[in-house]
Amino acid sequence: MATYGLQVNGQNVSVTIDDADTPLLYVLEQNFHINGARFGCGLGQCGACTVLLDGRPIRSCITPVSEAEGHSVTSLEGLRAHDKLPDPSDLHPIQEAFAKLQALQCGYCVAGPIMQGYAFVRDNANPTRAEIEQALKGVMCRCCAHTRMIDAIQTYAQEKTR
Amino acid sequence: MKPKNPLKLDGAQPLSEKALEALNHLDPSRRDFLKTAGIMMIGIGVGAATAGTAEAQSPLNPSGNIDNTQLDSWVAIGADESITVFAGKCELGTGMKTMQIQIAAEELSVPVERITMVLCRTGVTPNQGLTVGSLSAPTQFGNNGLRVAVDTARDALYQLASLWLGVSVDQLVLNDGVFSASGDPAATVSYGELVQGRRFNLPVNRSAVPNNPSTWKVLGKSVPRVDVPPKVKGTYQYVQKVRVPGMLYGKVVRPPGLGAKVQSIDKGVVNGLPGNPQVVQVNDFVGVVADTEWHAMKAAAALVNGITWSSGDTFPNQADLYTFMQQQPSRNALSVNTGDVDQVMATAAKVMTAQYRYPYQMHGSLAASAAVVDVRGATGDKATVKAWSCTQGVYNMRTTLANLLRIPAANIEVVFVEGSGCYGHNGGDPVTQDAALLSQAVGKPVRVLYSRADEMIAGEHYGLPMVCNEKVGLDASGTIIAWDYENIEAQRGGGAVGTPGNNIPGYLAGFPTTQIVPSATPPNNPTNFNNGNNTVPPYVSGSVNGVSFYTGTIASHRVLNRVVAGPLWTAWLRSPSRLQNTFAHEGIMDEIAASLNADPVEYRLRYLSDPRLINVVKAVAQKANWETRPSPKRASPFSRSGTGRGFSCYLHQTNNGYCAMAAEVLVDESTGEITVTKVITAIDAGPVISPDGLNNQVEGQVIQGISRTLYEEVLFDRASSRITTKDWRSYVTLQFGGVIPEIVSILVDSRNAPVAGSGEITITLVPSAIGNAIYDATGVRMRQVPFTPEAFLAAKKEQKG
Repeated sequence: MATYGLQVNGQNVSVTIDDADTPLLYVLEQNFHINGARFGCGLGQCGACTVLLDGRPIRSCITPVSEAEGHSVTSLEGLRAHDKLPDPSDLHPIQEAFAKLQALQCGYCVAGPIMQGYAFVRDNANPTRAEIEQALKGVMCRCCAHTRMIDAIQTYAQEKTR
Repeated sequence: MKPKNPLKLDGAQPLSEKALEALNHLDPSRRDFLKTAGIMMIGIGVGAATAGTAEAQSPLNPSGNIDNTQLDSWVAIGADESITVFAGKCELGTGMKTMQIQIAAEELSVPVERITMVLCRTGVTPNQGLTVGSLSAPTQFGNNGLRVAVDTARDALYQLASLWLGVSVDQLVLNDGVFSASGDPAATVSYGELVQGRRFNLPVNRSAVPNNPSTWKVLGKSVPRVDVPPKVKGTYQYVQKVRVPGMLYGKVVRPPGLGAKVQSIDKGVVNGLPGNPQVVQVNDFVGVVADTEWHAMKAAAALVNGITWSSGDTFPNQADLYTFMQQQPSRNALSVNTGDVDQVMATAAKVMTAQYRYPYQMHGSLAASAAVVDVRGATGDKATVKAWSCTQGVYNMRTTLANLLRIPAANIEVVFVEGSGCYGHNGGDPVTQDAALLSQAVGKPVRVLYSRADEMIAGEHYGLPMVCNEKVGLDASGTIIAWDYENIEAQRGGGAVGTPGNNIPGYLAGFPTTQIVPSATPPNNPTNFNNGNNTVPPYVSGSVNGVSFYTGTIASHRVLNRVVAGPLWTAWLRSPSRLQNTFAHEGIMDEIAASLNADPVEYRLRYLSDPRLINVVKAVAQKANWETRPSPKRASPFSRSGTGRGFSCYLHQTNNGYCAMAAEVLVDESTGEITVTKVITAIDAGPVISPDGLNNQVEGQVIQGISRTLYEEVLFDRASSRITTKDWRSYVTLQFGGVIPEIVSILVDSRNAPVAGSGEITITLVPSAIGNAIYDATGVRMRQVPFTPEAFLAAKKEQKG
């Protein structure tokens, strides 16, 4: 048994677990009832489980919980608080852009495009559509809302620089 | 002032605890309302309401059914002005919940925020069958659906208000659920005051007249979907996130080869592993349950080494699949047969034949499927079940579980909880059976979440493969005089019809699978016209007993459907059979036009008789700046080499929406790489319910259709009886970073036509539009999906040397 301390959506928490290899996703899901990181493939191929680890998007389904020790983990629920915006239960501006453009169908995948898009826009001001499309490589959407997702990320990027 | 109630509004009746629990997702005010108002939706209440009917007295299922003929089964109005609507078409990610809210809000003249929509729970919502087949919108707008129920409530409210305010119905003004008398705006009465939380106690009036579409304020508008904000916020609870107190985590261990049987099992291999793993075996169904997801995964991995399996089923070689299908005995049915096809074909100056082939494909849902099932009391009359499932049919699933677990259906409650987009019968139903078997064995609630390989190899049922044999006769002038079509589709098992053995887990547990019985005698001629699978091409008249039912003019036609037993498990996948048949019909039509040096659009229009189909064809041609000329395109210094455009059109099913499409492609003839650059498409599915929602459907279907056309195919290995496409690397799909085409969608808003479906109509045309565009660009005809670079190069070599 080992105890790991981490920050989940701004809260300091600890988890005691018998296997350091346990993927972070299962700890988030079972111990902290996080709904925003979702199991899609368990192989790091689809992006549905994406969370931010110290602000960097990672695949929580293939990241051992031990690697999160001492780090901050942000899921979709905590994105607004991560940017220290007021009213943390409201939507983050990138989530607002997705909602405004109805940039999803079933929505199961959106942690991938939102988290990946968020980090990309943070690090790259005024991205082109083609750049956004490339940045989303490695995340999947099987309802195929690709066009709207790219539009939503671009809308967010434009509003951010305004 | 209030007159005697003319509508038999009944007094309150408390809800059962079970009913309250079933409604536990509602916010507290709604819950309290339902508790105090005593809406009788549930169980015993309904039993009382329908006492005397055969169903209510059936020993098999004395309760747990909802009487669809009663208004109170659909609409409840609380004294607090709340409006709760119960309906039976589930949210699969297409916006169906919001559409149903729009119907209720429109017909009751209230804002959408006033409606609480409860969907798909046995014993709570009306049994509206499955949410499939582009039938949800037509159903809810039809005379057995939600709209007539809401209109019945509206009419009753008008009558009550008329009596309350002492003016005639036509003197009433209705605004946001409040009536006033015209000329006396101070005299008002609200829905809540009129009903006072009681029951309507009225039958649904199937002939209730809907609000005139020309007055629509909510329908016809791009109402933002109610499920989107919690989905992007991350708080939305998909079925993969359902948590029940005391819940354990289950994993399945499937046979390595399809059809392999357990020869021996050493359950002890999990001993000593963490999480108190318990092995469950029911014949060839094997699974393990533990205290966490990770422990269950570890135990399942260990258990794999503790089982000896027999060898599996005998597969054909992948390359021989289509030959294999044609060699199997078939169950035959005729869709149309004018009786003169052989005779007319014999007079043809030219006969065009072609075979089109379509592979097994996956639903490939983004989520691995999951379900939570809580079986208490093992089995028999005393046992109870609660299941949280993303099934497309909660009542069908209840029947399936009753048979699987040998527990009366009345003791089983199935609650729909959304999974990821399913596009048909993915792993959602099978995993519900898995969770049920495991929970029954361990006596605790169990969540089963498939691994990616579980989902892809032995969870989901694939879309069916098809061999399509086209034979079309032309006279000397190039006019089609006879159309003869035969398709062969391979099936195994099927969708949710209450038969456990038709799904993989029930089959493994020992339940029989419905067999395909080959026809012993020639099929009878059809007595009515049904084109539910689009076996009948759009260019024939669709004649039954001399009456034409379809969209074309070709008089002589025969369509034979042959179903054979196939090696892999199948069920419906978005536009089942319709997409495959249309790929063939629209391909051969293009081949015929090309053989005559005719423009593909002009040539199609020669045979079309339905003005709405003609309208979408012309709309797309115009929007696409369609250049009138034959295919393939001649080399020209003014156009980019390797570019081409293809056309496709049809009426979905017998009468469920019109669609036309032009696709533009870029083909690299040296590598075989195909890029779809632009798609222009028009849809006429009756009135547009939500323009943005419909556009979202169109866009998603275009891109998903491109993925299925260019990349997707289930692969299998004969030697090991194994499926080899088991993750997103081996099962190739369209990815971000590839080229997303420009999509131009034309929405024809036929306000006065019946509402048609739109969940499958667009994707159906994608393979043929792309195939025809490839031909236009290169002169190479693609007759087998997927159009991979290797497939293109092989076809090019075969056709052009």
